[in-house]
Amino acid sequence: MLNAKERLLKRAAQDIKGGMIVNLGIGLPTQVTRYLAEDLPVCLHSENGIAGVGPQVPNTEADRNLIDAGGAYVSPIKGTSYFDSAVSFAIVRSGRLDLTLLGAFQVAANGDLANWMIPGFFTPGAGGAIELAQKARKVAVISTHTDKKGRPKILERCTLPLTAHNCVDRIYTDMAVIDVTPSGLVMIEIADGVDQQDVINATDAKLIVPDGHIPTF
Amino acid sequence: MAMIDKTSEMETAVSKIPDGASVMLGGFGVPGTPFCLIQELVRQGQKNLTIIKNDANENGMGVDWLLENGQVEKLITSHIGLNSRAVQMMNDGDIQVEFVPQGILAERIRVAGAGVMGFVTDIGMGTPLAKGKLEVSVGDAVGLLEPALRADFALIHASCSDTFGNLIYAATARNFNPLMAMAATRTIVESEVVVPAGEIAPDEVHTPAPFVDHVVQLPSLPEVYNVVER
Repeated sequence: MLNAKERLLKRAAQDIKGGMIVNLGIGLPTQVTRYLAEDLPVCLHSENGIAGVGPQVPNTEADRNLIDAGGAYVSPIKGTSYFDSAVSFAIVRSGRLDLTLLGAFQVAANGDLANWMIPGFFTPGAGGAIELAQKARKVAVISTHTDKKGRPKILERCTLPLTAHNCVDRIYTDMAVIDVTPSGLVMIEIADGVDQQDVINATDAKLIVPDGHIPTF
Repeated sequence: MAMIDKTSEMETAVSKIPDGASVMLGGFGVPGTPFCLIQELVRQGQKNLTIIKNDANENGMGVDWLLENGQVEKLITSHIGLNSRAVQMMNDGDIQVEFVPQGILAERIRVAGAGVMGFVTDIGMGTPLAKGKLEVSVGDAVGLLEPALRADFALIHASCSDTFGNLIYAATARNFNPLMAMAATRTIVESEVVVPAGEIAPDEVHTPAPFVDHVVQLPSLPEVYNVVER
């Protein structure tokens, strides 16, 4: 039996399909690769200049010149290419990414995302997050449903400075899968063993629960 | 016809950098960071530098040596989260930090190297990073004017250079290096291998020699270039 985090990673991985070009943010998003089938023909992009990121390798086998944007030592696969940072973001801004999976501090009901700055506390700079959030064709967030203090991360309006407006299409949490739609947030799946009312209580925005059976993951 | 020889001693090349210069540093994390040139800059001690680099490296590496030695007045960067000293110095007002989204930083440097004055983009509109930027209409769209970013010097790490300054980079050590090599008034390269002109096939060149002023042959690579144990 997988724990809640493993089921979350596995669920997010299910939406990564063959043929896609995908950028995975640092942290939880990168861990989704553990649940991708080894033979899935997916091209992972990394901001520091890789299309076709291969598996992470232990330090003893690492190439000192080959890291992903999170600093992990990775490997090439058949078809990998390397390029400079301007080309890397040309891929991002021109809409070549089918999907980016990002972490979040806050997501709003209209798809606003805040994931790079907590004024007075955490201000390290945005890296490539703004361009990924604004320009990937689909933007999904993978996150715990609430923060470390139990406060909702899904809100009617973000209170933190935004990474990008109206950019998020889907939210995967340890409690539910939620789509951002023109009519609002819609719970499309619920984690096995979680009560609907608990999801609603942990969400600080109107959550539409469709009639009938909600699939579990 | 023969090409000139741009090889130089490290001390001589770095001594061209005066106090108050703007200096681009290649690298994204460890790969491509010109650690030996930075170390020489620390040894020579030029002050009030404006440093332009994707990140601030980690504590105890690269940019951190310059910060620790009090040589940095301003940092133009995309992210400094792995260097607690950089964050602390920013919060204490000891250095100015200008944050630029990573791809916008790359593109501002690229257009400078291409002799273009700037470009228009919608990246960052409606976020704190748009503050103070000029809005420009292009057809029906509105974007922000991003000025080209030039520097007085670029310090570059190559895996192979010929004596004329044609460069090859390895894997993700490429990153900002070819962009910065084009965007500075004077470009200084440290290279793991230096070969006679003609030894690098014309089709294999990543940065053409006209952008390069000085080539410094590295001795055996110091520990800091190795795989980082975490």
